Amino acid sequence: MNNNPQSDNVLEIRDLSIAYEPGKYAVNGVTASVKRNSITAIMGPSGCGKSTLLRAMNRMHELYPNIETKGDILLDGKSIFSMSVIELRRKVGMVFQRPNPFPNMTIYENVVAGFSLNDIRLKKSQRDEIVENALRNVTLWDEVKESLYRKGTFLSGGQQQRLCVARAIAFNPEVLLLDEPTSALDPIATSKIEDLLGELKKKYTLVLVTHNMSQAARISDDSMFMYLGELVESGRTGTLFTTPKDPRTEAYLTGKFG
Amino acid sequence: MSGDRVTKALLFISSLTILLLSAGIVVSLFGGAVPAFREFGLRFITSSSWNPTAGSEQYGAMSFIAGTVITSILALIICIPMAFSTSLFIAEYYRGTRTAGILRSLVDLLAGIPSIVYGFWGFYALRPLLVATGLTDQGFGVFTASLVLAIMIVPYATSLSAEIISMVPAELKEAAYSLGATRREVIFSVVIPSARSGIIASFILALGRALGETMAVTMLIGNANVIPKGLFAPGNTMASVIANQFGEASGLKMSALIAIGLLLFLITALVNYLGKLIIKRFA
Ligand SMILES: Nc1ncnc2c1ncn2[C@@H]1O[C@H](COP(=O)(O)OP(=O)(O)OP(=O)(O)O)[C@@H](O)[C@H]1O
Ligand SMILES: [Mg+2]
Repeated sequence: MNNNPQSDNVLEIRDLSIAYEPGKYAVNGVTASVKRNSITAIMGPSGCGKSTLLRAMNRMHELYPNIETKGDILLDGKSIFSMSVIELRRKVGMVFQRPNPFPNMTIYENVVAGFSLNDIRLKKSQRDEIVENALRNVTLWDEVKESLYRKGTFLSGGQQQRLCVARAIAFNPEVLLLDEPTSALDPIATSKIEDLLGELKKKYTLVLVTHNMSQAARISDDSMFMYLGELVESGRTGTLFTTPKDPRTEAYLTGKFG
Repeated sequence: MSGDRVTKALLFISSLTILLLSAGIVVSLFGGAVPAFREFGLRFITSSSWNPTAGSEQYGAMSFIAGTVITSILALIICIPMAFSTSLFIAEYYRGTRTAGILRSLVDLLAGIPSIVYGFWGFYALRPLLVATGLTDQGFGVFTASLVLAIMIVPYATSLSAEIISMVPAELKEAAYSLGATRREVIFSVVIPSARSGIIASFILALGRALGETMAVTMLIGNANVIPKGLFAPGNTMASVIANQFGEASGLKMSALIAIGLLLFLITALVNYLGKLIIKRFA
């Protein structure tokens, strides 16, 4: 999906500010970029604006009616605010904190939900192929291939979360946004998801919000540290963790707040 | 005795009172209905004759059962589109806005208007309108009663369905939006399917209301003790016949009325039980 292979950056965030209520900025003047085929972690204490920034990347933040957005985000050089939301969200998928498969749909239907929701009609053989590929990509295929027609909500939490990743990548997006995707999971399920993310970055670009610093250190290539709506520091994860430039980053990394 | 045990005893006594009261109602209904059933047997349910002339007394509940079932179902059919769209409007489309808040309060207000006031409104405002259409001479009959009945149950069904619709988890809707679904697609593919059984239950409970509704219907249905011959023909319902004839009844006729009360109680209880069962499965 590298439409623009000469550019290393999939996403460019330019002086982005977002307010839920007039004058109260949850994200304040953030400028940053996200590299292709990498994992970028967004860290920071609770309420610093991580989710708001992440949700802006596929304009999910616009679901709140009074939201105010300034600045711009470019996807492959094109402003996401000039695209149709539907087109954007197919290119920039999302995985949420709590696994949220559709309870009225089977595992199979959940994977192709993006198509059925958008009234995109596919042949049975095409659908079968998409389902198998997506489930193989999230290493869920062997576990569920016998029960594709059972409800997705029967799966364990970790399996449900992998199903949600499968649902998000069924469209073959460019970017996958993940908002604390493992915070509701046990350590074993968490490590499976982490392994999976390491695999997925070969195909997609991942942006991951996490509270878990060791997770960020383990799996991310780049990191952003946010504080009170501002982007305090960003860079290669190794550098940011070993030699933080800003005292606030250092305080956070050493557990002084958050 | 410690305070804790006193509280426990008091709570136990009041719960027991309620239990005894409901048992008492059922027992006296059964007791009162026995003479009618002994006299007419099952024909009491299947027959539609209603003749109080001394010596050739004949009582059958079928006209009233038909009247109740027809008006209630008709009311439900009229109610469904109104209540369904209003609840979607309040709980989804305009969720959290001022408009939705105002509408919600209005719905609650409508739910609080006493039955007799609806009856008056139906009698003095709605009935002349129907007469003006030329479809009916007097304006009394099944359709008029059903229309007012529908308006009475709309607020009830609306607030129940709105409650259920607003319980659909935001994370499911967000999942659908994040897959590029439009508002309409989210509502029809996620919100309504997730809330479906709850919405159905709201309508069943609304039907339960319509079945037992008395005053407004009595004022508008025409009180003819026959199976209604058409949409604009007069009829009578189980609740209305009791309200109308209770005063001057005695003996076998009184027993027949009580038996109708018992049947109404059983039908309503069954319908409410079904509604609650579905809600429980949903929650
Ligand atoms: N829907 C909303 N309406 C109003 N304010 C909001 C809303 N959502 C978030 N905020 C505010 O915006 C700020 C940033 O919130 P955000 O959810 O982006 O933080 P976060 O870094 O993701 O926090 P956490 O780690 O707790 O998830 C917070 O001050 C929060 O109170
Ligand atoms: Mg968050």
